[in-house]
Amino acid sequence: MKAKVAFIGNPNVGKTELFNRFTGQRQHVGNWPGVTVEKKVGRCVCYGMELEIVDLPGTYSLTAYSIDELIARNFIIEEKPDVVVDIIDSTNLERNLYLTLSLLETGANVVIALNMWDIVRSKKIKIDVKKLEELLGVPVVPTVAITGEGVERLKEEIVKAIKGKRRKVEWSYGRDVEAVIKKLQEVIKKENLREYPSRWLAIKIIEGDEEILKKIEDRCKDKLLEIASQIKDGETLMAERRYRAIEKIVEEVLKKEEEWSFSDMLDHVFLHPVFGIPIFLALMYAAFQFTFSFSAPFSDMISMFFSWLGELVKNSMGNEILASFLSDAVLAGVGSVLVFVPPIFSLFFALSLLENSGYLARAAFVMDRIMHRLGLHGKSIISMIMGFGCNIPGILAARTIENEKDRIITVMINPLMSCSARLPVYILIASVIFKSSAIAGAAVFSMYLLGIILAIIMALMLRKFLFKGEAPAFLLELPRYMFPKIGSAIRDMWEKGKWFIIKAGTFIFFVVIIVWFLSSFPWNATQGGVNIENSYAAMFGHFIEPALKPFGWQWQAGVALFFGFLAKEAIVGTFGALAGESARNAVATWFTPLTGFAYMAFVLIYFPCVATVAVMVREIGKKYTLLTIAYTVSLAFVVAGFIELIGYLMGIS
Amino acid sequence: MIKMENNIIPLAFMASGERGEIVGIRGGQRMAKRLYGMGLTPNSLVEVIVSNPAGPILINIRGSRVAIGRGMAMKILVRRL
Repeated sequence: MKAKVAFIGNPNVGKTELFNRFTGQRQHVGNWPGVTVEKKVGRCVCYGMELEIVDLPGTYSLTAYSIDELIARNFIIEEKPDVVVDIIDSTNLERNLYLTLSLLETGANVVIALNMWDIVRSKKIKIDVKKLEELLGVPVVPTVAITGEGVERLKEEIVKAIKGKRRKVEWSYGRDVEAVIKKLQEVIKKENLREYPSRWLAIKIIEGDEEILKKIEDRCKDKLLEIASQIKDGETLMAERRYRAIEKIVEEVLKKEEEWSFSDMLDHVFLHPVFGIPIFLALMYAAFQFTFSFSAPFSDMISMFFSWLGELVKNSMGNEILASFLSDAVLAGVGSVLVFVPPIFSLFFALSLLENSGYLARAAFVMDRIMHRLGLHGKSIISMIMGFGCNIPGILAARTIENEKDRIITVMINPLMSCSARLPVYILIASVIFKSSAIAGAAVFSMYLLGIILAIIMALMLRKFLFKGEAPAFLLELPRYMFPKIGSAIRDMWEKGKWFIIKAGTFIFFVVIIVWFLSSFPWNATQGGVNIENSYAAMFGHFIEPALKPFGWQWQAGVALFFGFLAKEAIVGTFGALAGESARNAVATWFTPLTGFAYMAFVLIYFPCVATVAVMVREIGKKYTLLTIAYTVSLAFVVAGFIELIGYLMGIS
Repeated sequence: MIKMENNIIPLAFMASGERGEIVGIRGGQRMAKRLYGMGLTPNSLVEVIVSNPAGPILINIRGSRVAIGRGMAMKILVRRL
């Protein structure tokens, strides 16, 4: 037997964790038809029943005022899932129940997951679950999504709910409103408006819901509106009455409320008008320091391992083409990329700690004023910080920005945030061309700074010329501070970082083989990859060389840039494969400090990788994506040229 | 209609630690609906946790902490308690 189940809840309640608990790897990510909102569908077999689970966007209510809410609502009203699982943050019943009540009004078959139950237990808040079930008329299951506690019982209740309908419990909106609802329902029934539950439809008409009014345009709309007009400002009144009903429920169910005093105390420090920004900068610095220092010894170990393995293979293989293939292509190329697994994993670990401790939302608060002046939105800072890990999650994080213009600007500047895939390129080049490690470190850091400065300039320009006016409105719920959870940060790090290993094993591997082939063949002409000047790669490199000549870059650098379109870490892989033995020695002959530094800047700016472009098309459409590509490519030439010009005038080579 | 009283001020003018009761929202329907969803309905109590000059303000509303930009906070009218 098959059944359709929807997951719904406020943002930050652990909905996604619970969804993952249910479906594991059996997920399919697509788009809702016609819009750029992600649709996640998963499968799960529970008690002999096959469940198709749809993860609805996180929302606070079911009005028709944002795409997310409309999607959630239309799915529930039109697709009529067999069960809707409403995930509630049990430490914040009052606000969360608003969505629950809106949901129950639709007549949906609801099962409630009272999530974050562990906090309830440890803080000794008391919630009368039985009473809550009774008052709402639906099953309520305490859960802890991050540990999986309560998930089995939730499955049982879902299956039970599929088989039997819920008990109908209605709460009163007050005598005046109820009288109007009743009148409206009579007309609705008489007019045969069967496609919607009558009580829900009556409430929506009182609220003056535009979406619904449009749908009943030529079906007794005027008559219904006339009845509804007995209630003035129905929208506000209904929200107020709904909360009043909730207050009554909460009064009966909640025995002791969650304390905020500690969290508020921290907010007086972290959101301090003077110290807030220095604290923000210090935390960012600490995160990046951790990324580089902590990971360095691990990177060295991986690097040593691959060069040892390469030597071993080369010396023990009889067939020279095969030996060259294995050591120069596979081991040198893939090895040079895998070296960067430690810093990338460390970066994701640090970002995850910032996020799950609740600090990232505070960063948006602290930075809102400055971001506002720069034509951005407080929430843009979250997208930008995530972009340092990888531009793709950064771009997806921009979804929380409601205003379309703000969101597009935030997405368009994200490729300038130096993602972790670019880091290998900087480290390799900087550590070779600069003698002192302090200068090399500063050069790497300057790339991040350069990206931020360019992003600010671009944001100001986009705001000025493309998206004029409109002060961005800031509205964000700040979650309670939590002690950073190491375990979930490790899980997060693995989830987000594994793509890098997968890419190194599949995509980069493929690129490296092509590069090796191009650089070693024709085999006789190159004498087995030794005389690389006679190879196909050199032919191709010399072909594109004129464009790079003004910058003083060798053809190898051009070939690497070409493969860098696919993924920026492929640049390092290409260097590895082109150099044969030591990428470091080769880089030393290809670049001077000036041309190398300009090359680093070029790599930072020149093109968002293919995967980022694909995500951008989905998020902001073709037009703005093309514009982003155009500005990044031209900006790269301008900035690299500018660096070389300044260097030349200063007498640096 | 919102009657003007002396004690009614925009939320943005409240200082840290002050409490008030929401009187109404002077803004479009879209903004009002979003605020209702987050619990800011007329007659509900708010407590200002942090209010920085020119930045957003952090309030306690129905037991959750919501940060509101200054521009939006100017459109939320509150009766100071």
